[in-house]
Amino acid sequence: MRLRLPRWAAVTATLAVLAGAGTWTAVAQDDPPPVHRADRMLDVDGVRLDTSYFTGAGDGRRPAVLLGHGFGGSKDDVRAQAEGLARDGYAVLTWSARGFGASTGSIGLNDPAHEVEDVRKLIDWLAARPEVLLDKPGDPRVGVTGASYGGAISLLAAGHDPRVDAIAPQITYWNLAEALFPNGVFKKLWAGIFFSAGSPAEGGSPGAVGAPATSTGEAAAGSCGRFTAELCSLYQRVAVSGKPDAAARTLLEARSPAAVGSRIKVPALLVQGQSDSLFTLAQSDAMARTLTANGAPVAVDWIAGGHDGGDRETERVERRVTTWFDRWLKRDASVDTGPAFRVSRTGGVDSTDGRATLRAATADRYPGLTSGTERIALGGPPQTFTNPPGAAPPAVSAVPGLGGGLSGLSSLGVGLSLDFPGQHARFDAKPQTRTLRITGTPTVPVRVTSTAADGSAVLFAKVYDVGPDGRQQVLPAQLVTPVRVDGAKAGKSITLTLPAIDHEVEAGHRLRLVVAATDLGYASPAVPARYTVTVQGPLAVPTAPGLATQAAGLPWWVWGLPLLGLAGAAALLLTARRKTTAPAPDPELAAVPLQITGLSKKYKGGDRYSVRDLSFRVEQGQVLGLLGPNGAGKTTTLRMLMGLITPDEGEIRVFGQAIRPGAPVLSRVGAFVEGAGFLPHLSGRENLDLYWKATGRPAEDAHVDEALRIANLGGALERAVRTYSQGMRQRLALAQAMLGLPDLLILDEPTNGLDPPQIREMREVMIRYAAGGRTVIVSSHLLAEVEQSCTHLVVMDRGQLVQAGPVAEITGSGDTLLVTLAGEIDDALVAKIDALPGIDTATRTDGGLLVRLDGTDPTGLIGELVRLDVPLTGVGPHRRLEDAFLTLIGGAA
Amino acid sequence: MTATATPPAPSTSAPGYRPGRTLPLRVEALRQWKRRRTLVMGGILVALPFVLIAAFAIGGSGDGGRGDRITLMDTATASGANFAATCLFVSAGFLLVIPVALFCGDTVASEASWSSLRYLLAAPVPRSRLLASKLTVALAYSAAAMVLLPLVALAAGTVAYGWGPLRLPTGGSIPAGESLLRIGIAVVFVFASQLVTAGLAFWLSTRTDAPLGAVGGAVGLTIVGNVLDAVTALGDWRDFLPAHWQFAWIDALQPQLEWGGMVKGTAISLTYALVLFALAFRGFARKDIVS
Repeated sequence: MRLRLPRWAAVTATLAVLAGAGTWTAVAQDDPPPVHRADRMLDVDGVRLDTSYFTGAGDGRRPAVLLGHGFGGSKDDVRAQAEGLARDGYAVLTWSARGFGASTGSIGLNDPAHEVEDVRKLIDWLAARPEVLLDKPGDPRVGVTGASYGGAISLLAAGHDPRVDAIAPQITYWNLAEALFPNGVFKKLWAGIFFSAGSPAEGGSPGAVGAPATSTGEAAAGSCGRFTAELCSLYQRVAVSGKPDAAARTLLEARSPAAVGSRIKVPALLVQGQSDSLFTLAQSDAMARTLTANGAPVAVDWIAGGHDGGDRETERVERRVTTWFDRWLKRDASVDTGPAFRVSRTGGVDSTDGRATLRAATADRYPGLTSGTERIALGGPPQTFTNPPGAAPPAVSAVPGLGGGLSGLSSLGVGLSLDFPGQHARFDAKPQTRTLRITGTPTVPVRVTSTAADGSAVLFAKVYDVGPDGRQQVLPAQLVTPVRVDGAKAGKSITLTLPAIDHEVEAGHRLRLVVAATDLGYASPAVPARYTVTVQGPLAVPTAPGLATQAAGLPWWVWGLPLLGLAGAAALLLTARRKTTAPAPDPELAAVPLQITGLSKKYKGGDRYSVRDLSFRVEQGQVLGLLGPNGAGKTTTLRMLMGLITPDEGEIRVFGQAIRPGAPVLSRVGAFVEGAGFLPHLSGRENLDLYWKATGRPAEDAHVDEALRIANLGGALERAVRTYSQGMRQRLALAQAMLGLPDLLILDEPTNGLDPPQIREMREVMIRYAAGGRTVIVSSHLLAEVEQSCTHLVVMDRGQLVQAGPVAEITGSGDTLLVTLAGEIDDALVAKIDALPGIDTATRTDGGLLVRLDGTDPTGLIGELVRLDVPLTGVGPHRRLEDAFLTLIGGAA
Repeated sequence: MTATATPPAPSTSAPGYRPGRTLPLRVEALRQWKRRRTLVMGGILVALPFVLIAAFAIGGSGDGGRGDRITLMDTATASGANFAATCLFVSAGFLLVIPVALFCGDTVASEASWSSLRYLLAAPVPRSRLLASKLTVALAYSAAAMVLLPLVALAAGTVAYGWGPLRLPTGGSIPAGESLLRIGIAVVFVFASQLVTAGLAFWLSTRTDAPLGAVGGAVGLTIVGNVLDAVTALGDWRDFLPAHWQFAWIDALQPQLEWGGMVKGTAISLTYALVLFALAFRGFARKDIVS
């Protein structure tokens, strides 16, 4: 195997190493600038708050950011984001809220009197920092952000403290009562998780010591952990009864941002999750509407994940929060804060890393949840179904805490939801004739009748996307709307507002409204009852027509790299072509089969020239013998003649055309060089046939029969070439060279492997071939063969021309004489002989002197030699080519 | 032999010779067709579906049970389309690399090893023309190999498991008619993603006289690519490894057709292939043919 790496490969490798080193250094220099962190316990209102204060490098006053954490967490959860913001030029303060982490105090669910007051104190503290930018004394430029519990405190801080300048609440609530008791139904599973997150196991965190500050007897009985007694009893009361009461609603509403909604007037980035059955999109919709009505700039961003799991897009959201603060805290008007409304849509699973791919849909205005409504008729008669006793088994939709982004799967056409027969009513629409994108809350008017004693009913409404086969159904985002209907003994008409979703219903799929009596996530009456549901109008489906999906976010290199590759490929090819442009043909040489001028070739890595400064000319009709010992450069010359290898210097012209790789004039040349070359799996005939077809020339020009006569293979012609003997291949190759009767036939050692009769035949073929006006070049190291068939000779040795001319001239028809000597003569004497008039050359050979006459005759020569005291023993004609050959090439042979 | 006594015409080339007509695709295809390696490769690809059917028959349907990762194996016997997709799945990683490496890696190097290359070049077939013909035919054979496997699998699978929608391992299904289109897209991508192997093999083929060296080199570098792709520490750099995208065609078998991975994979593969093909043409145009 020959596999030599060329020089450029080494260069590329070196460059790659250098580039690698460059990247390495760049990375080393790109170490994130250090962030200074100071941990303090701040005494606020009798509790100790655990805080961390982050500042980046740089002098001067800068805006501050308060970063809250989620429920059940602590300030440690947001440390990475805090460091990022500090690096971006903010003074960042994180804190563990009351009752969480190392902070003392009880959880009051963002009680304006406690948690919100704490934030006011933290803002006071920030106002005293020398590095914090102040709007006026005591009023720092400050933004508040955080997710879930920390998001709510952002809204509340903005509502309670006018010093807050911008907020970015994420996946949080507007009205906690509505979030936990939607439409009067207790969201028991989430509420349970929520409350248990605030009640760590005994001896949990260090701060838990002395936490249950006011442990009234009732609260202590349950494990209320660090909740205030008030909240503890509220939860226990509602959880036991399974039905929220007015007091509970009032308490939670008072602690919600909604209570101070009219006072929140700062720019707000509202990030809400689509996979969130705890804090739904309706919550952020209420925020957006209120804040917009207050005149505050608002951007709404629906991320794919949420409290139910899925991709929270943390990296992107943090980036967007930073640009939001850059715009509204640093007051950098050049910052693009992104679209007013953005929805992350799942495109499918990226099989290379198993993650769902997201693409953005954007609109320059937040359309709300009922924009662009389309009406879709629902079929089905009034249906009666049962609320099972004990509300079991429950239907299944979202399962909080299951995590793993179960609800995210719904957009991939995979659903996990369950309705028990006899416990739900369903109403199907006709299959969609075209794709429908639902963005917002579908609504439908229904009439509900209940057999319950108090005439009430708790129902769970959901809209399924049903596949064409009618069986596969998907519950978008796994969301349901619970609704409590009172006074429905005789029937009551209500409008069901279904969960806010962003979901595509493909053509051929249909929508299905299901109203069920139970749901795993919610408390519903344990007393059995029968409900009847009648659909009273079409399903109104919002489509948010202003929302356009962005092109799939492909990185630049998807288009750039192939273009670069194309440019690189073009460059590689174009730079290569320049060297192979052929010189103009020479019309004067059009009839000269071959002229070689100054030809030199040195193989790569070779230490000497294979051919050096070779020049000779072949005329039409000649049979030229190229004679030389092995290694004389004959084959190299013939390869150059065929355009297989490129000479270093000099020129070869065939019929006046310069030879380049693939020069068209080569079609007039037939060649057999260095053995046969056939496809071993094909027969001899197929080989010749396909070879001729490969030349692209007309089949009738091939003269196959004449060629085959030379080959004389008989029946073997139909056998695969791999079964041939050496001689058979040789003859087939000769036949191939003669296909099309080329004007110039080149045969390299043609008689190798032939038996004597065939050799004789071969000679006659060559002579006859040339007699027809064509030209034959035959190379050989066998003298006898060349002597008998050639008209002209070129003798080569060690890459150089030794002699060229007619055979008779070289073999010496009388004018070359071998002078045998009695002893050695010195060089001076040889030079003297050489200089004699009438003598062309005189060269020393083994056992004598070879003299070529030019004007004088042998007698004259003898006279001169005697006169010069040359000790000659005899003078004879130097006739035989072998002598001449050996003489010419000196001692090498 | 009786050489006719017509003196050579003073023309620049033999009558009827046109560089653009040399080594027509049909001739090159014929030259390669009867080779044992072509037939063996075809035989393996035709046999594989039947081997799998036998395996499923002996071992029961692929109920997997490995839990952590759902693969197409789990639904292999659901329908003919499922079986075809499964055959693609088991062979795309390695088996389909081999025909590409073989057809593209062997094509020039084997001519060099038989010495027939110099006769073609002296015919003369212009060097770029020779490479263009050989590359086209090699790619066509590669494409045929890739189409052959799913076609046979689809036919055999339909006979064995019936005609039906493509059931997805993640749940859901694609109607039978559309699943054909999806499998077609997958096959086209598999071919596009193998262009890089083709480029590498073809380039090596022009650099060496040993056919096995070129084929082995291309397969070897594919393996190295797979190994590198398993090094998660490389992070985003792996995006630029062709091997990173070799299974992106599975995106075509999702309920919602996802183009991203396939577009990226094609871009990477095409980029490498273009440069490698250009290197092959450039190197070969100047190369001394000494075989």
